[in-house]
Amino acid sequence: MSVTPKSQVVLQVTDLTCIRDGRRLFEGLRFSLHAGAAIQVKGSNGAGKTTLLRTLIGSSSEFSGDILWCGDPYPKGLPAMRDSLLYIGHRGGVRSGLTPLENLTWYGANQEAALSALESVDLTGFEDSLCHSLSAGQNRRVALARLFLPNSPRFWILDEPLTALDVAGVAALEEQMAAHLRNGGSILLTSHQPLSLPGLDALNLSDYTVFESFSDFGGEHVLS
Amino acid sequence: MSSVDVQKPVSGVRSALGFMALFRIEMLLALRKRADITNPLLFFVTVLALLPLGVGPEPELLAKMAPGMIWVMALLANMLSQESLFRGDFEDGTLEQLTLLPQPLYFAILAKSLVHWIATGLPLALLSPLLALMLNLPVDGYLCLLVSLLLGTASLSLIGAIGAALTVALRRPGLLLALIVMPLYVPVLIFGTGAVQAAIDGYAYSTQLAFLAALLATAAALAPLAAAGAIRISLDN
Repeated sequence: MSVTPKSQVVLQVTDLTCIRDGRRLFEGLRFSLHAGAAIQVKGSNGAGKTTLLRTLIGSSSEFSGDILWCGDPYPKGLPAMRDSLLYIGHRGGVRSGLTPLENLTWYGANQEAALSALESVDLTGFEDSLCHSLSAGQNRRVALARLFLPNSPRFWILDEPLTALDVAGVAALEEQMAAHLRNGGSILLTSHQPLSLPGLDALNLSDYTVFESFSDFGGEHVLS
Repeated sequence: MSSVDVQKPVSGVRSALGFMALFRIEMLLALRKRADITNPLLFFVTVLALLPLGVGPEPELLAKMAPGMIWVMALLANMLSQESLFRGDFEDGTLEQLTLLPQPLYFAILAKSLVHWIATGLPLALLSPLLALMLNLPVDGYLCLLVSLLLGTASLSLIGAIGAALTVALRRPGLLLALIVMPLYVPVLIFGTGAVQAAIDGYAYSTQLAFLAALLATAAALAPLAAAGAIRISLDN
């Protein structure tokens, strides 16, 4: 566990139940995320990892339970939270019609910062190619380059950041995440791959899965 | 990393900055995807060029049909280009990022609608006198046609954004988008053709243009709000 001056609770989730398409994905979820700490959300495909992240940022509203962002309840805490949030979803938010450099400047970086961030993710030489001509891994790197910009927001929520990345890319990302934690930032991420990150806690959604079975004809829910 | 305390501008200034930034990016994208600009225009010109072949080349008949046909085709050309308004942004995740910005979604949609109008409505309106000539529209109607199309297509771009926002999460919105948007286009069509008809007949047409301007003002104020709500609903599943 990395040492932080005071272990401030950034996010507190109590008794969270998420529903998607009328199906309860998990229930009774509770965890808290501290400043300077990271949590890796695990679970099988369809366990609700992405739904959990999207619920926390306020993009998905089918849930019950309490979500406290820095002590402010949902949805009052949302604007303040979004002010200090960096979310990279399953879809990276990289515009294919723009170049990597333009994509980063659109996210508020100046030219120098954007160039050095692109260098950090090993995209030197591709600054001015259009993103739709880049590979999937390179597009992922453009999205992740936002993590290498200065004055980065405090909370990172990353949905499968490691997909399509090569070994060197994963190492660079782990290093950057560790630096972010040392600076008092917090990270919540989903991944199937093991990560080497100091102070990384795991949260397994499979422990909170609701076991529902459907009777063959009646369509009634039978809870076991 | 030194935590530089970035001075945060007040929300109004930030919204304006966000609007300008998005407007620039959208213009850049529109200029790169020229097919999105030229296709609706080509559709507009082709259909209107085919019209005399279909109904016969009698000048009186064409002149009578011209205002209505030009307006209906402008409507269709506008609607066909609406489908892609949010699609690209939805698929690459930009739309979700936009909803997370501290600025209201309102300004983002206003910027996108403005660019949509500059890319489709504006060239279409500027081209309309040429088509009016082809369809033998009396000369008195030209100026009115141009002005009414300028005002009207801007409203169409804004109203269409609501339909595009509602259907963005659907895989093939085609007909559904038309069903949602077409009824909302009706007032613009009525006042647009009414203005041109009045101009041809030699009456004053400022009332109709004033109505078109009022529709535009209302659409600019309310349509982005509705579209913003629709986007949040579309993303919420």
